[in-house]
Amino acid sequence: MENPLYLSSSPHIHSGETTDKVMRLVIYALLPATALSIYFFGLPALSVLLICTLGCMAFEALSCKLMKQPLTLVDGSAALTGILLALNLPPSTPWWMSLLGAAIAILIGKQIYGGLGYNPFNPALVARVVLLISFPVQMTSWTAPAPIGSGLDAVTAATPLGEMKTAVMLTGKLPEMATSGFGNYFLGNMAGSLGEVSALVLLLGGFFLLFKKVISWHIPISFIGTVLIIGGIFWLLDPSKYPNPLFHLITGGLILGAFFMATDMVTSPATDKGMLIFGCGCGLLTVLIRLFGGYPEGVSFAILLMNACTPLIDRYTRPKIYGQVEQKA
Amino acid sequence: MSLLKIFRKGIWKENAVFKLLLGMCPLLAVTTSAENGLGMGLASTFVLVCSNTVVAILRKLIPPKVRIPAFIIIIATFVTVVQLCMEAWIYGLYQALGIFIPLIVVNCLILGRAEAFASKRPIIDSAVDGLGMGLGFTLALFILGSVREIFGAGELLGFSLFGAAYQPVLLMILPPGAFISLGLLLAIMNRFEAAKS
Repeated sequence: MENPLYLSSSPHIHSGETTDKVMRLVIYALLPATALSIYFFGLPALSVLLICTLGCMAFEALSCKLMKQPLTLVDGSAALTGILLALNLPPSTPWWMSLLGAAIAILIGKQIYGGLGYNPFNPALVARVVLLISFPVQMTSWTAPAPIGSGLDAVTAATPLGEMKTAVMLTGKLPEMATSGFGNYFLGNMAGSLGEVSALVLLLGGFFLLFKKVISWHIPISFIGTVLIIGGIFWLLDPSKYPNPLFHLITGGLILGAFFMATDMVTSPATDKGMLIFGCGCGLLTVLIRLFGGYPEGVSFAILLMNACTPLIDRYTRPKIYGQVEQKA
Repeated sequence: MSLLKIFRKGIWKENAVFKLLLGMCPLLAVTTSAENGLGMGLASTFVLVCSNTVVAILRKLIPPKVRIPAFIIIIATFVTVVQLCMEAWIYGLYQALGIFIPLIVVNCLILGRAEAFASKRPIIDSAVDGLGMGLGFTLALFILGSVREIFGAGELLGFSLFGAAYQPVLLMILPPGAFISLGLLLAIMNRFEAAKS
């Protein structure tokens, strides 16, 4: 140090954690789920993944160049956004939709606000919801998994949540698949978007992130807990109409959303208390959309809505400054 | 200020939408197609020219304390005229614009010009100001409507542009599309204005 009397303001200790390290760990945690989706859905899944990831990186580089900013490709956030986006799309997504999704995620979801750290909404979810609203047909035509080597062709199939919604709308009763024997969904044997297939593998990745302290337990636990409790209350009220809460947990994008997308540091609250409120809000909205909304799946809408509430939550959960005493009126 | 200058400032330099961001409600709501935008813009222009003229004629008679209610009554009169005419002769457009035709009454652009310009200026100036501002508003509605129709439906003024293989981006003709395309248009315009100066 040049001047021994030089003083800087706190913080003085750096944890050594950097943006690119965090992003790298999250990508590692997603690798098993990614690999499994390629196993289940084959080449179409691989092409969706590649187009989304490379597309996001290309648009990131392009926007940095256009705005004459230093290239932020190395921090890995664009690649992560691309992977998350791909995991949110059906395997049959045409290439131009994947590319458009990548452009929306990076350009409109992130760079327009000033890049990483300034985006109010999760970029991958913004892109998914834009695509879902714009192309409802392509975004909801799912294929049943056909593992590599099984010799099966891709067959169109409904997602468990979609099947449930249709049945409840038509007959007012749950279909059989939602009441018993949905255990094999846990391993990933169901139609859905790339990242919805296996709860088990996603959980492994989520625990890895918890273990590495990249994320804290508050958001995933409160998110999933709220879904289980509220879903459970409805199930107890009328088990013929509302599904078992475990069905909520295993199907759809709940685990992917709770561990990997709701926990995005930029778009979720900063304090523990705030994270708990955030997670409960996500869970409540998810169940309400799934049971009473027009769409079969509500995780992405729930997270985006709660992203919008994050500044408000942060404002009301700001911790007291150490040593400051509240004045009594 | 010459009449030409008064006319021209409404089209671009003080464009109600692109420069002042006035009249956002009809702008965002009805620009789902170029035709709707054009219809809404021309209806507003008619009201604006007439209300500006009448306000200018009556400007010395209207007591300052009740000027806003007086302006509103004048504007509402012409909006009713427009509404009945559209219902009689262009029923399709009348139905497409729906509630936003009577809502022209509360378009802040129109009240704003009555208050800021017509209540202080001679009759001819006010009419020209109304025409310029109205056409500037129409231009903005038409541009935004075109952008949204091209991407959201693959058409312009009802003519198919890209053939059957094009997948329309439905979001563009839904409300978020209005905000996103207006924001991007403004960004592009500001970029070029900044480069010029």
